[in-house]
Amino acid sequence: MKMKYAAYPYIIWLIVFMAIPMGLIIYFALTDASGAFTIANIAQTGRYMPVLIRSIWLATISTAVCLVLAYPLSYMLSRMQGLTSRTLLTLVMLPMWMNFLLRTYAWMTLLEKNGIINQILGVFGIEPLTMINTQGAVIMGMVYNYIPFMILPLHSVMVKIGKDVIEAAQDLGASPASVFSQVILPLSMPGVRTGITMVFVPAVSTFVISQMLGGGTNQLIGDIIELQFLGNAYNPSLGSAISMVLMVLVLLCMSLTGFFDDDDVEDRLI
Amino acid sequence: MKKLTSLILAAVLTASMAVPACAEEYDFSNYDLEYYQKFKGQDIELNVYNWGEYISDGTDDTLDVNSMFEELTGIEVNYTTFDTNEAMYAKLKSGANTYDVVIPSDYMVSRMMHEGMLEELDFNNIPNFEHIDEKFVNPEYDPQNLYSVPYTWGMVGLIYNRDMVNGEITGWDDMWSPSYTNNMLMFKNPRDAFAIALFKLGYSINTEDPMQLREAAELLKEQKTMVQAYVMDQIFDKMQGNEAALAPYYVGDYFTMKEVNDSLEICIPAEGTNIFVDAACIPKGAANKEAAEMYINFLNEPEIAAANIEYICYSTPNTAALEMLPDEVRNDPIRYPEAEQLANAQMFVNLSEETNLLLDQLWTEILSDDADYLNWAMPLFVLGALVISVLVTAMRKKRKKKYR
Repeated sequence: MKMKYAAYPYIIWLIVFMAIPMGLIIYFALTDASGAFTIANIAQTGRYMPVLIRSIWLATISTAVCLVLAYPLSYMLSRMQGLTSRTLLTLVMLPMWMNFLLRTYAWMTLLEKNGIINQILGVFGIEPLTMINTQGAVIMGMVYNYIPFMILPLHSVMVKIGKDVIEAAQDLGASPASVFSQVILPLSMPGVRTGITMVFVPAVSTFVISQMLGGGTNQLIGDIIELQFLGNAYNPSLGSAISMVLMVLVLLCMSLTGFFDDDDVEDRLI
Repeated sequence: MKKLTSLILAAVLTASMAVPACAEEYDFSNYDLEYYQKFKGQDIELNVYNWGEYISDGTDDTLDVNSMFEELTGIEVNYTTFDTNEAMYAKLKSGANTYDVVIPSDYMVSRMMHEGMLEELDFNNIPNFEHIDEKFVNPEYDPQNLYSVPYTWGMVGLIYNRDMVNGEITGWDDMWSPSYTNNMLMFKNPRDAFAIALFKLGYSINTEDPMQLREAAELLKEQKTMVQAYVMDQIFDKMQGNEAALAPYYVGDYFTMKEVNDSLEICIPAEGTNIFVDAACIPKGAANKEAAEMYINFLNEPEIAAANIEYICYSTPNTAALEMLPDEVRNDPIRYPEAEQLANAQMFVNLSEETNLLLDQLWTEILSDDADYLNWAMPLFVLGALVISVLVTAMRKKRKKKYR
């Protein structure tokens, strides 16, 4: 296939901003300070295994929560028409217009000991709850920040499920439960997969949320990477090695959710 | 029509923003015009890299130091900020930008000095160096005073909320008192956190002895169960909102917090505390060294240094500027303590690379309660994950072929 000239800017963009940085990360991860090949960096990242496991665990929980919350909402949105659907969809995206850091900072003020939520509870005579600086707060922050990335792909797949398909199933005598399990769920799987990937990937690598809402003790793998570059010891090799481990993890997650080939379901939709 | 109106509005707004900056009249009669104006009309630009909120910038009727310098000298200042020494170091190290003036802290000055990242200063171009207090000349971090001119100094103090503590707060021991469980904040940066533990143990805060550092780490682990959160800038929000009773932080920032929450008090621990100096330096590869020296000299003009210090609330090493400050500031025992109060204070110097690595390692251990690990676990995990990923994709492809 001949490449069109119009594609060149994108190819260059891809090389400069994707391929070269990626190559640099791998280069740094596999060399020591003098530039000789070593796997010592990757071996050292084993030290952060508990942190990595915690990151995966928290990201998995938040992805699951996002899915459970987003699925019915997306379905409802996809069955709505015109203005209502557009308004609600805009409302979903509205928080994304605000800076990520500010949104997380706002949650800090909400969840604090003397924060707004505890003040409201106090009016009803309820003892202040400890909400901030816990793992729950970190999950909360992740769910809040990433749920639009679950709703949007789900919604865009679900609007394509024609009313006639569902009606056909009902005409053929399917109960509501089997309409859902045999028609809607399989047809929405591509959206579920994209959604899971798009929530899990940023959640597993975040560091701002854990620092602001987790009180610094709920360190995630992103915090450790940050520490390698902005900590006492400037250690880009170890930082790159941990980033590489994270990338491999993301790759694994993507191949498990079938991100690389979901066109078979796509066929059925058309 | 609507479009036109908004265009005009935008133009008016832009103009109204631009005009006062140009029309502002500064009085330059006190300045050596021959010296300051030698680069006038040469279109020189100066890249200055400083801490955030660390210069008087014209807000709230303060003096706009950079615009004043631009007007006086005709040199354009590109002013950017950083939030930690390490972030600044990483940026300079990456070599992506060139800066003419940077203002790191003491230990970072010595680290950059040892790594050959700094340009030697020509003090003939910085006549205002004579105003610098003798105490701050030839400091530990730059023993021959070849590379740096002190800009500000300050200390770490223990900030507490009068209404939330019982009894008197006297020193670092209170940071290990169970009565403040879940009610204290702690530094989120390893160097400052370790310094507190080392002061409590009576060791040097620049110790390179792994045993002493491990001992300090044990102490910090013990403290972790009582700490509400490890924070840096979030401390403003939390202390101002009565979220915690105790928090160690920089004295200058205490005054900023006190303006919002009057219940806050500070104590300078008797066991000793960290005294720090932020100093102006010129990094290697600066495009306009002489202009950069001129900028550093300008920062040390008494009037300018006084305006800056009033804005940032830290302490000044510039004696001429100190004399211009109001009496209550000058005689404030917290901002300008007597020499004997500083007897136990220590300055950070640069640590060896191994110690820095150990410090980061211990710090991660403190924050994440590490278990033992296997050397081969991670490379195996990486390989295994890659193989599974390829296999799963290949299997899918095969299955699809079979169906077709």
